[in-house]
Amino acid sequence: MAADINAFVTEATIEGDADAESPLADATVAVKDNISTAGIRTTCGSEMLADYVPPYSATVVDRLTEAGATVVGKTNMDEFGMGTTTETSAFGPTRNPVDTDRVPGGSSGGSAAAVAAGEADVALGSDTGGSVRCPAAFCGVVGIKPTYGLVSRYGLIAYANSLEQIGPIAGTVEEAAAALDVIAGDDPNDGTTRDLREVDGADPSTSYAAAADGDVAGMTVGIPTELFEGADERVVETVEAAIADLEAQGAETTEISLPSVEHAVQAYYVIAMAEASSNLARFDGVRYGHRSESDGNWNESFAETREEGFGAEVKRRILLGTYALSAGYHDKYYDKAQDARAWVRRDFEEAFDDVDVVASPTMPVLPFELGESLDDPLRMYLADANTTPANLANLPAISVPAGEADGLPVGLQLVGPKFGEAAIVRAASAVEDR
Amino acid sequence: MSDTAASDDGEAAVDAEEVRHVADLARVRLDDDEVDEFAAQFGDILEYFDALDEVPETEREEDLVNVMRPDEIEEGLSQEAALANAEETEDGFFVGPKVS
Repeated sequence: MAADINAFVTEATIEGDADAESPLADATVAVKDNISTAGIRTTCGSEMLADYVPPYSATVVDRLTEAGATVVGKTNMDEFGMGTTTETSAFGPTRNPVDTDRVPGGSSGGSAAAVAAGEADVALGSDTGGSVRCPAAFCGVVGIKPTYGLVSRYGLIAYANSLEQIGPIAGTVEEAAAALDVIAGDDPNDGTTRDLREVDGADPSTSYAAAADGDVAGMTVGIPTELFEGADERVVETVEAAIADLEAQGAETTEISLPSVEHAVQAYYVIAMAEASSNLARFDGVRYGHRSESDGNWNESFAETREEGFGAEVKRRILLGTYALSAGYHDKYYDKAQDARAWVRRDFEEAFDDVDVVASPTMPVLPFELGESLDDPLRMYLADANTTPANLANLPAISVPAGEADGLPVGLQLVGPKFGEAAIVRAASAVEDR
Repeated sequence: MSDTAASDDGEAAVDAEEVRHVADLARVRLDDDEVDEFAAQFGDILEYFDALDEVPETEREEDLVNVMRPDEIEEGLSQEAALANAEETEDGFFVGPKVS
């Protein structure tokens, strides 16, 4: 199976602490290939970093191995996390274990596929605009995108810093929550992490795994009409059936409106591309990464190195980000995107005055067939309509299997208030139990 | 960038010259086929981004706190580890391309 689905870029082992006692002791973990592992190459799915061997491990990798988990390999991904299908990898596409003619979703497609195929108990992905939740939905597993600042990004090779978080993928809500328990927590090496003891309303002693108790009696679930409109009918029916089951278990549902999310995809892509154009400027072939044989000057050599090292989607985003930040366009695109981001955040804050969690389809579509969306980047971007709002608003979100449509997995997404991971884990475990 | 071409419907379109200019700013060399493909795709994508015009001006309050630690020397990467991934080094330094 392993060779068939191409879940791993590199199969290599980092042994976990054999004496550790934690729910993850003896678990196997697959790590997305943009998360640094000391001594094991970390490619970001790119020719640019095909031979890059990090001198240190990401904080999350150290925390997993200290908890007794053993890393079994580095998983395939869209190049630098830029994609929704895991087809933009320089190491070939990953296939969906549920239906190998279809994509596993992306960008953490290798991580979700490894878990779905039983090649790892747990996996780490990174979620900038849905890159953990999308592949979890498409492969029929669970994925959590934590609140911005809950999990250290130290050692995560940056794509869009203000949006991304590392998150766990697992076969069950409880396993994913147990992995989150291990990787969460402030880190002096990442100044954007928060110490929960200093966050109003947060409970630093929370066990996320313990919250997977399925007890939704009295919980209020908000249903935003905007995130159902335009979604595939088969997806909507499956998600609505799962929500009806939550009601049967004692949850209350109420329709809400989040008008700002109509602009989430636009705002997300402008901000992510702008940040990418700046972040990826570091790949010039001097300190690490591919270097062209160019005999031109400094600028020519950089341009040739980057032509050879980056694939089409990465070039597209660097160029569009450069464009959106350039003189004359900064106000029109970047500033307006920041306004939209603040608006999305406010919309959710107001919604959480009345509801505990917000439910919707994770993806508005069923898994694409391989090759289906590659030539039409805008179509691929639009598939992120339901996942990008949580990144823009810095909120926690989970994708949990809601059932199947035409034999393909459908994910239900639950978004919670800031540092409200326990609530989304609880609600998701009730979806899973039905 | 001031010579934005106008397409038939008056919306800002992107021509090959503009793609080349941005690619030059971003230090990414493109071949001619890529330039044409990107020009067409950027037109569609930027037209979609134009809907951001409808977004109301929104107050952006950032709740920022200083997270800087005192400037105390800590252990970092060794010079050897820092240079280990470089294509070319000399006497403990990175070697870059020629400046001109």
